[in-house]
Amino acid sequence: MLEVTGITQIFGGVTALDTVSFSIAKGDITGVIGPNGAGKTTLFNIITGIYHQTAGTVTLEGKNITGLPPEKLARLAMVRTFQNIELFGGMTVLENVMVGMHTKSSSGLLACALKMPWSISEERRIRAGAMKWLEFTGILDLADHTAGSLPFGKGRLLEIARALAVEPRIMLMDEPAAGLNSQETLGLSRLIKQIRDLGITVVLVEHDMELVMDICDRIVVLNLGKKLAEGTPREIQESPEVIAAYLGDDD
Amino acid sequence: MKRDLLLFTAFSLFIMVAPQIFAGGYLMNVLVFVGINTMLAIALNLLLGYAGQISLGHAGFFGLGAYLSGILTTTYSLNPWLAMPIAACVVGSLAYLIGLPVLKLKGHYLAMATLGLGIIIYIVFNETVDLTGGPSGLSGIPNLHVAGITFDSDVKNYYLIWGVTLAVMLFSLNLAGSRVGRALRAVHDSEVAAQVLGVDARGLKVQIFALSAIISSLAGSLYAHTMTFISPASFGFNFSIELLTMVVIGGLGSIYGSFLGAALLTLLPEILRGANDYDIIIYGALLMVMVMFMPGGLVRGVPALFRKVFSRKAEGGHA
Repeated sequence: MLEVTGITQIFGGVTALDTVSFSIAKGDITGVIGPNGAGKTTLFNIITGIYHQTAGTVTLEGKNITGLPPEKLARLAMVRTFQNIELFGGMTVLENVMVGMHTKSSSGLLACALKMPWSISEERRIRAGAMKWLEFTGILDLADHTAGSLPFGKGRLLEIARALAVEPRIMLMDEPAAGLNSQETLGLSRLIKQIRDLGITVVLVEHDMELVMDICDRIVVLNLGKKLAEGTPREIQESPEVIAAYLGDDD
Repeated sequence: MKRDLLLFTAFSLFIMVAPQIFAGGYLMNVLVFVGINTMLAIALNLLLGYAGQISLGHAGFFGLGAYLSGILTTTYSLNPWLAMPIAACVVGSLAYLIGLPVLKLKGHYLAMATLGLGIIIYIVFNETVDLTGGPSGLSGIPNLHVAGITFDSDVKNYYLIWGVTLAVMLFSLNLAGSRVGRALRAVHDSEVAAQVLGVDARGLKVQIFALSAIISSLAGSLYAHTMTFISPASFGFNFSIELLTMVVIGGLGSIYGSFLGAALLTLLPEILRGANDYDIIIYGALLMVMVMFMPGGLVRGVPALFRKVFSRKAEGGHA
């Protein structure tokens, strides 16, 4: 589904990522873990077209997507969420998700401003689609609230609903459990499994090990910009290198 | 949806009957300016209030529309109805080409670049004397006329200007409530999130910049044909700032707010005329107070004020 080959990222004199390669299988939930500063978020920013890497390629379903901007990637059915949820704070919850339908609609500036018949019917379709995703994530009752006024946990759900509206085939989530309480984290792990059941490949960066071990099919471990290990949750838990990186070496 | 249409119909009716109430030589002339300024404020608001991109050079686009219309109809004796769309196309294309590189800038840098653009346009008006008449202006611009009616009186101009202004308002209201309007606001709130969802932020910003310039140019053409005389002084940096003030005082991201801001800033100097030399001080103080106590602009501040007053009255009644 997604292949990352030889990704290297150098910021000034600092090597944030050093020839990282791995591949992600269709329909899996893959976790990317590692201590702080391992380069996880940098890797996400490269895959999703926000940073341009120093070297290496990213391939999505056999297509080279290296260096494509985020808006092009959305049209190739790749979407992401952010660690500090990036909501459209001045808009309502429903409107936020309606923006997610942008690639699934096409009325231009003039058609919209002149209320052409096709743009009106498209607007109706956008609204219905957005409602469906609010229902899926369980925040339909908040549809008319201002997104900026939501509590953090609900904001996270909204960001996921908005990303789902793009109808992605692959979804990257940057620390989806960060800032959530244990109850909300439980709900999140159920939601991520439901997203996988829709046929969407999920990749997540996460610090909550319980969550990662519970829902991930495969795990990639990064440390100091290098790939340390890759395998099933069980293999990772037993890997001596991973234990050394997390708990420190005896030396 | 229904409520929006009702509000717009009520507003249009108000505009249409207003001359019957406020009829009187000089005031009609001021109300014509309220219309022109409303168009300009809406144009700037689409860019600043919706897309979140500042422009300190909009008086330049307004002036280009006015001068292109003026020059085409006087020097080249073109029909004004033909000159207006030609001016709008030229200004729109120019804004598009300038917008491509300039809108890559953000915040203060964008403000500086558009400021420079406005100043350059102003200098061109002043210096190309053979074409524009220079500082002494361009006169003898013909009035618009259609089917035997010449728009040469304040009342006729009022209906002409406000007819176009209402059309611009409806156009902008529709746009604001559509997928394009939502995408603009999304770019305003978080550009990176909008891009991740598939919004081509750069392309959209340039499009709206061009649209904003086209509306400004249209307002400029109408200004030229109603005034029949134009000079560079009307299109300087001061006027760009005044437009910005209208948008902020009225309410960012609100089409009706732009009307309120334009109406207030156009009428206020006329109302304060009685205060002789103190008018500038009162004008400035009023603006400061409004920005301090109504940060959301008149369109949000005034209803909030009413609610406050009435809830206090209701409480008082119960006590």
